[in-house]
Amino acid sequence: MNRNLIIGTVLTLVFITLAAVSFIWTPADIETLDIPNKLQSSNTTNLFGTDHFGRDILSMIMMGARTSIAVALVAVGVGMALGIPLGLLAAARHGSLLDELIMRGNDLVFAFPSLVIAILITAVFGASAVNAIIAIGIFNIPVFARLTRGAALPLWERDFILAARVCGKSAARISVEHILPNITNLMIVQGTIQFSLGILAEAALSYIGLGAQPPTASWGRMLADAQTLVSIAPHTALVPGFAILLMVLGLNLMGDGLRDWLDPRLRVVRT
Amino acid sequence: MIRYALGRLTSLIISLVVASIVIFAVIEVIPGDPAAFMLGVNARPDTIAALRAEMGLDQPLITRYLDWVTGLLRCDFGQSWTYKTPVAELINDRIWVSLPLAIYALILSTLIAFPAGIYAASRRGGAGDVTIMSATQLGVAIPNFWFAMILVLIFAINLRWFSAGGFPGWDNPLQAIKSLTLPAIALALPQAAILARVMRSSLLDMLGEDFIRTARAKGLSRRQALWKHAVRNALIPVLTIIGLQFSFLLAGGIIIEQVFFLPGLGRLIFQSISARDLIVVESVVMLLVFTVIIVNFLVDLAYAAVDPRLRTKA
Repeated sequence: MNRNLIIGTVLTLVFITLAAVSFIWTPADIETLDIPNKLQSSNTTNLFGTDHFGRDILSMIMMGARTSIAVALVAVGVGMALGIPLGLLAAARHGSLLDELIMRGNDLVFAFPSLVIAILITAVFGASAVNAIIAIGIFNIPVFARLTRGAALPLWERDFILAARVCGKSAARISVEHILPNITNLMIVQGTIQFSLGILAEAALSYIGLGAQPPTASWGRMLADAQTLVSIAPHTALVPGFAILLMVLGLNLMGDGLRDWLDPRLRVVRT
Repeated sequence: MIRYALGRLTSLIISLVVASIVIFAVIEVIPGDPAAFMLGVNARPDTIAALRAEMGLDQPLITRYLDWVTGLLRCDFGQSWTYKTPVAELINDRIWVSLPLAIYALILSTLIAFPAGIYAASRRGGAGDVTIMSATQLGVAIPNFWFAMILVLIFAINLRWFSAGGFPGWDNPLQAIKSLTLPAIALALPQAAILARVMRSSLLDMLGEDFIRTARAKGLSRRQALWKHAVRNALIPVLTIIGLQFSFLLAGGIIIEQVFFLPGLGRLIFQSISARDLIVVESVVMLLVFTVIIVNFLVDLAYAAVDPRLRTKA
């Protein structure tokens, strides 16, 4: 095990635990407003203080972790569910018109500035967590398609695939039974990285008011609320910001660590 | 080279056409009636009908699309519903904030990333390398709008070196640049972190190449080999990333403009979204997408000009 992997996994687990615990318990109810108690700094009842409505910031962070993780995870799921089959198909039909179409389609999606399109989608269809997922997920599809194709192509040249073909297996069966298991590690690593990018994108979308809507707590929304309060109550901006930073950092470190751990060739280079 | 350029030009045109169709479709077709959408739920049917006629929505879809695209080509984006002025004028007012901001951030990001990446690669595994790489891990993980808020808190509210937001206009260029400085830093830092990592790994790849060993065998010092041979060649992948970053910076500016209350394209988009002024949203989005696609195209060409191998591959 390497250091990046340990630190990254611990950080990620902390946030996943916070999100999971929020389903059964939070230090305070975030849907009750307590205006007299607003903008308190850290104290015994409110570990991270309270916001402009007197809501407990730790509880908001826990509920926000849930939103962030849900949106980013589903967006990664969308990207994998559509991108990996497309990539496998392109690799299996390498050089065909289908391959060309899939790859040019990918290039086209890549050419769009993702944030602008996410804004367009949420502006037209309305701001919500589901539309944020769609907006972020669309841009995960070409990432996974391209990566899958790139990793699958050299595998198709290998002897064990030839053996499978000699046995009469179809391209589809070979893709699922032989190619897919061999590229799983790569997908897990990329999944972690897209997960962290998803967290950042969700935060950005909800910061500009196009992500999850109140009363659903989200870190980006908390930062938007904190913007005008930053001079009188800096903790309202610092706490959610650090939550995003640490969660993203954790996922990135975990991704780097996993890559080194799962890829024996890199390990040889390192030692 | 000419064949390669023509090939890229064809895919550029296809990209632009598909992009325009997608944006047109999203805005005009999917959400139902744009006129009803713009006027809100309480609009009277005759008001909606009047607006539909004014917007040309009673025309067939294909006519509307062609009108819109030919308008775009003539820089005629149509008339804004809320501002009652041509959209082109609105864009022209705002672009002189957004474009300089993106360029400023790109310059800062390159100025930070190049020395950091080169230094880290030349001290591979050393304390300097580890420090820079840890810093880039943080830089990649920081949400830029939050970093912007922290910059405001420190440099505008506490130290009072900069204003917390707003833009004085280009009449006084020094003041204008000063007011774009914090936003540019906030935009540039995460991009600089990515660029420094790319620079470092590209340089490390180069340092392992045979021609570096040859250069060293010829008697060049490590430093000379690094600067004369490795850095030049390592710049090729870095160039692509810089091209891509320009689009990130232009699009990312949309959010940073919100933090600093800058009257750029980003604020225009949001004001138009809340005013349901779809023509403006559509035009600004199209403009940003066009810019990004064209910049990517230019980067591809520059890339091929620098690295002849790519022309044959394509």
